[in-house]
Amino acid sequence: MTSPHTRQPDSVQRIMITVLVALLPGIAAYVWQVGAGILVNLAIATAAALAAEALMLRLRKRPLWITLSDGSAVVTAWLIALILPSIAPWWLTVTGVLVAIVMAKHLYGGIGQNPFNPAMAAYCAMIVAYPALMSQWPSVDGADFATQVHLILGGSREIDGITGATALDAMRTGLRNQNDVHSILGTGVFGFAGGRGWEWIAAGYFVGGLFLLARRVITWHLPLGFIVGMGLMAGIFWLVAPESFPSPLFHLASGGAMLAAFFIVTDPVTGASSSLGKFIFAAGVGIIAWIIRTFGVYPDGIAFAVLLMNICVPLINRATQPAPVGKRKSP
Amino acid sequence: MALNSLRGGIEPDAHKKESSETPIRHVPLPSRLVVPLVQSSQESARTIITVGDRVLKGQCIGEAEGAGIAIHAPASGTVAEIGYYPMAHPSGLTSQAIVIEPDGEEHWITYEPLDPATASRDELILRIQASGIVGMGGAVFPSHIKARSKTETLLINGAECEPWITCDDRLMRERASAVVTGSAILAHLTGARQILIGIEDNKPEAIAAMRAAVCDMEPVALKCLDADKITVIAVPTRYPSGGERQLTRILTGIEVPPDKRVTGFGVQCFNVATAYAVCRALLHGESMVSRIVTVTGNVERPGNYETPLGMPIAELIALCGPKPGTTRILMGGPMMGFTLPSLEAPVTKGCNCLIAASAELFPPSEPEQPCIRCGSCVNVCPIELQPFEMYWSSRAKNFDSARQYHLFSCMECGCCAYVCPAHIPLVDYFRFAKSEIRARDEEQKAADQARARFEFRNARLGREKAEKAARMAAKAAETRAKSAGEAALIASAVDRTSAAARTPRDRQS
Ligand code: SF4
Ligand code: SF4
Repeated sequence: MTSPHTRQPDSVQRIMITVLVALLPGIAAYVWQVGAGILVNLAIATAAALAAEALMLRLRKRPLWITLSDGSAVVTAWLIALILPSIAPWWLTVTGVLVAIVMAKHLYGGIGQNPFNPAMAAYCAMIVAYPALMSQWPSVDGADFATQVHLILGGSREIDGITGATALDAMRTGLRNQNDVHSILGTGVFGFAGGRGWEWIAAGYFVGGLFLLARRVITWHLPLGFIVGMGLMAGIFWLVAPESFPSPLFHLASGGAMLAAFFIVTDPVTGASSSLGKFIFAAGVGIIAWIIRTFGVYPDGIAFAVLLMNICVPLINRATQPAPVGKRKSP
Repeated sequence: MALNSLRGGIEPDAHKKESSETPIRHVPLPSRLVVPLVQSSQESARTIITVGDRVLKGQCIGEAEGAGIAIHAPASGTVAEIGYYPMAHPSGLTSQAIVIEPDGEEHWITYEPLDPATASRDELILRIQASGIVGMGGAVFPSHIKARSKTETLLINGAECEPWITCDDRLMRERASAVVTGSAILAHLTGARQILIGIEDNKPEAIAAMRAAVCDMEPVALKCLDADKITVIAVPTRYPSGGERQLTRILTGIEVPPDKRVTGFGVQCFNVATAYAVCRALLHGESMVSRIVTVTGNVERPGNYETPLGMPIAELIALCGPKPGTTRILMGGPMMGFTLPSLEAPVTKGCNCLIAASAELFPPSEPEQPCIRCGSCVNVCPIELQPFEMYWSSRAKNFDSARQYHLFSCMECGCCAYVCPAHIPLVDYFRFAKSEIRARDEEQKAADQARARFEFRNARLGREKAEKAARMAAKAAETRAKSAGEAALIASAVDRTSAAARTPRDRQS
């Protein structure tokens, strides 16, 4: 046995459990604002992820328990459930999870080796394959729990009256129709910052993110990088033309921005390694996401932005490799 | 005084109280003392006794060779044997050692004490070498080499940042005055203008004792340096603040690059136990024949033991009453120490701590999981390396890349492995990569040398051939000249036969 002979009682499992705990405020807000259907989706995703993980480990002849219990599959599952519409049919969720665990994770060699964020790969695959289903979001207070479960379990999709445009969709459509930002925000879809009701969920993620920072599971470089990247782009255009570009606050409170800032760009495996690299990576995601939201056709650009930045990680790492103590060029 | 902070670092459980609360105890003499000829990081000593000789305690039994140090009999007695013995080394290396059977009389032979104020610098430095003084923090670098180079600031390292170890703590508490005197002498030798004594703030008694000793300095120390030039500084408890470079940074703010020595930056660093040994050697003429060893962990009587050098580790442990469940003995601290392959090895100058490890105190590490690139290792690395990048490269045997991530700057402090949530034995990977790279460099060097030898041989053969050809040509020319001369002689002597005589000789050559 070799040094060190003593270890801090820390584990991958503890980190993953902390992440799951940090997601709880956001999930609670989700249940409160949109309904408990999300819990069913979370359960389906979790079961599918564990089954897929176990299967892949068996196929790859890897020890089962140690990886299965590390919690990483559950974190991926929860993120997928939270970024898919919460009334999506069960098979859509399961397919998404399979894409994440089987293709994005295990085909690349399992945890630690995958270059692409599994949850984001799943989202992109699903939105390309099922664009219609992926844009059916429940409106706040639109569907009771029974209806949500009915839809999740694959019941006939009579969705008039229970779905609604998301804040990002409403904004995009309004702007296409030559309305100005101010009048669009006047419609009932919007609350004080982002989508009515949804902004509370974003707030929940924000609180959970602060918890992760406090527990030192993540460092500030990533969330701040994302917020600065997205906020800066949005801010510049908003200052120049406030009637055609919504404010930074709107962008940060809408769609998956808060989830991305604290739970998605913070995936250590697929991100950059140095502190500066992390900041650049996250800022890149924020900037690209804003560009796709503003000029692209997809409802939210975060998933594509993350995958694009995943590709850049080796480059970022090479450019930002820190010098060891005493070797810095200027002190 | 404003302190700089250590970069990275960790705060493991200190476990100091187990051994720090009892005074230093003396160890009864064992039946045999095994004194290795190599006691420093330099050349081994040259034996000057033979089997059967009677020796006194402190008597030189091996003279210093080159930059090495002299070695001494740790007790009076008889030289029983000179042979190979296992040493305290991770690989269970054996080394030549002199075995002494003590007679129990403890008759000392001491040198004439020197007065630092009147003795010449050379004399003092030679005495340090002749007394066998090396760095006592574990590096066992000969102190006379360090004392010889001039410096601005002298750092005295009493940080003792590794968990469990308390020998420096006890030394400072009980013998602060001698430590301060030794430090002042070292300042005198190195020309240092000030002394900074760094002690981790989890040792308030030691700090108080050292401060008191500075206020009440011995006259001989005052001749070396004014008391107001000596500062005792409490440094925050954070491993590895006691690393030479780390302490230098904390106390002076100077960042020494990993490939440079601190000496080049106007700083010189000695351990408190080294300063103490210098005081004993110069002012009392005592050679280094014992050291304080912390014995702790799973033993009945943990504490600090003034142990004769050469005492078999097994006997020292036995004195402290190992408890059932002891699975192995660690030498050094839990962060950088190693498991002793053999307890027959003797206590040597670098042996600051022995820890009896049990499964409760040192649970076996959990199974290794894949790296999740969480960056915890990066945050704690005191050299600001990227351990996980070095790990990925080493694992893939991509050694060039590992080197580019500054593998050779790694001090193997173990902070990264300590925090890694995937339980990866990172330091093992780094040691492996370093040894592979060294082996490869060696091979490369050997190949280069072989090629150089081959080319040299070719060149030599070519030259020899050319020389031989030249020699032969010269000889031929000489022969020709001679024969020409002879011919002329003959020609002049025997006119008529000259033409006939020359022709066959020409044909011959
Ligand atoms: S601490 Fe361990 S798991 Fe985390 S990045 Fe470093 S090596 Fe990888
Ligand atoms: S062992 Fe090496 S890489 Fe790890 S923290 Fe210490 S210096 Fe850094």
